[in-house]
Amino acid sequence: MTTNYQRRELAGRGIPVPGNDIDTDRIIPARFLKAVTFEGMGEHAFEDARKQNPEHPFNSPAYQGASVLVVGQNFGCGSSREHAPQALMRWGIRAIVGGSFGEIFFGNCVMLGIPCLVASQADLEWLQKAISLNPQIPVAVDVEKQEVHFSDRVIKATVPDGPRNQLVAGTWDSTAVLLEAGAAIEATAAKLPYVKGF
Amino acid sequence: MARTLLDKVWEAHTVRTLPSGQTQLLIGLHLIHEVTTPQAFQMLKELKLKVRMPERTFGTLDHIIPTTDQTRPYADPMAEDMAAHMYRNMKDFNLTLLDMATGQQGIVHVIGPELGLTQPGMTIACGDSHTSTHGAVGAIAFGIGTTQVRDVLATQCLSMAKPKLRQVRVEGQLPRGVYAKDVILAIIGKLGVKGGVGYAYEYAGDTVERMTMEERLTLCNMSIEGGARFGYVNPDATTVDYLRGRPHVPAGAAFERAATWWRSVATEPGAKFDDVARLDAAALQPVVTWGINPGMSVGVGERIPAPDAQPEDERSTFREALAHMGFEAGQPIKGAKIDVAFVGSCTNGRLSDLRIAAEVAKKGKVARGVRALIVPGSQQVAKAAEAEGLHEIFQAAGFQWRKAGCSMCLGMNDDKLQGREMSASSSNRNFIGRQGSPTGRTLLMSPAMVAAAAIAGAVTDVREMLK
Repeated sequence: MTTNYQRRELAGRGIPVPGNDIDTDRIIPARFLKAVTFEGMGEHAFEDARKQNPEHPFNSPAYQGASVLVVGQNFGCGSSREHAPQALMRWGIRAIVGGSFGEIFFGNCVMLGIPCLVASQADLEWLQKAISLNPQIPVAVDVEKQEVHFSDRVIKATVPDGPRNQLVAGTWDSTAVLLEAGAAIEATAAKLPYVKGF
Repeated sequence: MARTLLDKVWEAHTVRTLPSGQTQLLIGLHLIHEVTTPQAFQMLKELKLKVRMPERTFGTLDHIIPTTDQTRPYADPMAEDMAAHMYRNMKDFNLTLLDMATGQQGIVHVIGPELGLTQPGMTIACGDSHTSTHGAVGAIAFGIGTTQVRDVLATQCLSMAKPKLRQVRVEGQLPRGVYAKDVILAIIGKLGVKGGVGYAYEYAGDTVERMTMEERLTLCNMSIEGGARFGYVNPDATTVDYLRGRPHVPAGAAFERAATWWRSVATEPGAKFDDVARLDAAALQPVVTWGINPGMSVGVGERIPAPDAQPEDERSTFREALAHMGFEAGQPIKGAKIDVAFVGSCTNGRLSDLRIAAEVAKKGKVARGVRALIVPGSQQVAKAAEAEGLHEIFQAAGFQWRKAGCSMCLGMNDDKLQGREMSASSSNRNFIGRQGSPTGRTLLMSPAMVAAAAIAGAVTDVREMLK
């Protein structure tokens, strides 16, 4: 296998989904969680929101094939369901730029190698508008430098040190890294009174 | 320097600092359920990995199970398939499943504390955001996604960053008819649904100190709705008394040693916090949400706020909420008609919740046209409630008495809203589509307020019924 896990830079067309507090129930309604695999989850991303609003960006032909999602504040709040980032990833999303993120959603995205970058409200509003006017221009996300490039403009977009290091180094799929601790895992457990017995 | 519970528990569970700078954190208790785990077990099989510490994982069935007839095979083939996978995975990996046959099944966040699996000083993870509930006993407990469930199974560890800590001080005597649910809804209303992002919450103050363990469980349960991935209450005499005699708690002299250690993990006097927030409990009235996130709430005597009175970047969300709910700005929340009443969930599905709802149910009958469900949080809650005759009080008043499960909190079984039905719900989320209908509407409130709304057929002030 020569899979490249490093997530230094990503580029693709953008898709703006404005609005604050878009929760994971909205991204993927609970009825689609009745499945033992994540396959086919991409078809149901924002399903109810798309049905209720024909103008939803995920319905728009202009944004088909987009891979950089630009959102508002507190995106992905609510349920821990990994089905939400799985649905977005399987729809084609590779990076998300927003004002803030639900923490469990953010962590789930890291586990899937999807960087979530935090930008200012003013920059987000500008970027969403710029993408809607020119959806064919690619958005370039530089995780390492913590920048987003669109046309000739560069905006600051941060990722906290820990997840950024994981994404840049390609160690976001953490099982192997955690297993490297070896016997230190059992040694830590053995010191806990509730494990060794009171 | 005085240390917090977060400092002590985090340090005791730190295996090492990872190259990324994050902590490799040992997870002392792993709870699992049927919905967020099948893909994790599949990944484990593909990686040819075993469960690292099988004795530290416990599973149950709660999300997809029916609350009417729970004999298998379930009528819903997809639910049956998920249950079958759960049984097979638990057997293949030699894990303990607390299913209906054990008499200990229930919502994962109800049974953990109830069985004494949840203990102070632990780190607890579960593929469910309401894992924050377990913080009530003084544990660091948080929700994770399915790939992280795989990591806990395979390594008993997670890669985590230690959050900042905000102490939320609640002080004053709660007025009659105002409960822990109202306290947490008021906290979320005050600090906002993203106010807790990056923080853990330590709930403190004399109001919290006086709360029973079941009230503290309600309080910590909705930490996540305030944006905080976890919240906790320091272990005290209430904690120790609650845990004594529970099945997974040590007995005899070992219990006393355990209690000493539990008390020792509490935050020390003089410890510093990154932030402190305060709430005056005595000034509270019953709280009702009117919108599409749990921060959009008012006191039952208040009016729905106007979007124009909000900060500019919040106005569009407020307008969307009013449109979805069919409300006008300035309208009183009292008197809003309901179609469905739901008492249950990991927030408010415990015995004390059912007792309060039953007290209100004695005052009248469910209004014509209202569908009212009482769903106990666990088999043990159901059994205890039936021993007290609560089910008969509910049934006599026209409420349906169901079997334990998550039910209409998230509508993954047959318990769903239909169309634009309006629900008075003791659960935790009023998100669009949350209760199973894409156009359904949810008003969050305490179990007492739900029971009162069921009888009145509309949002009403339970304090007037309790006079």
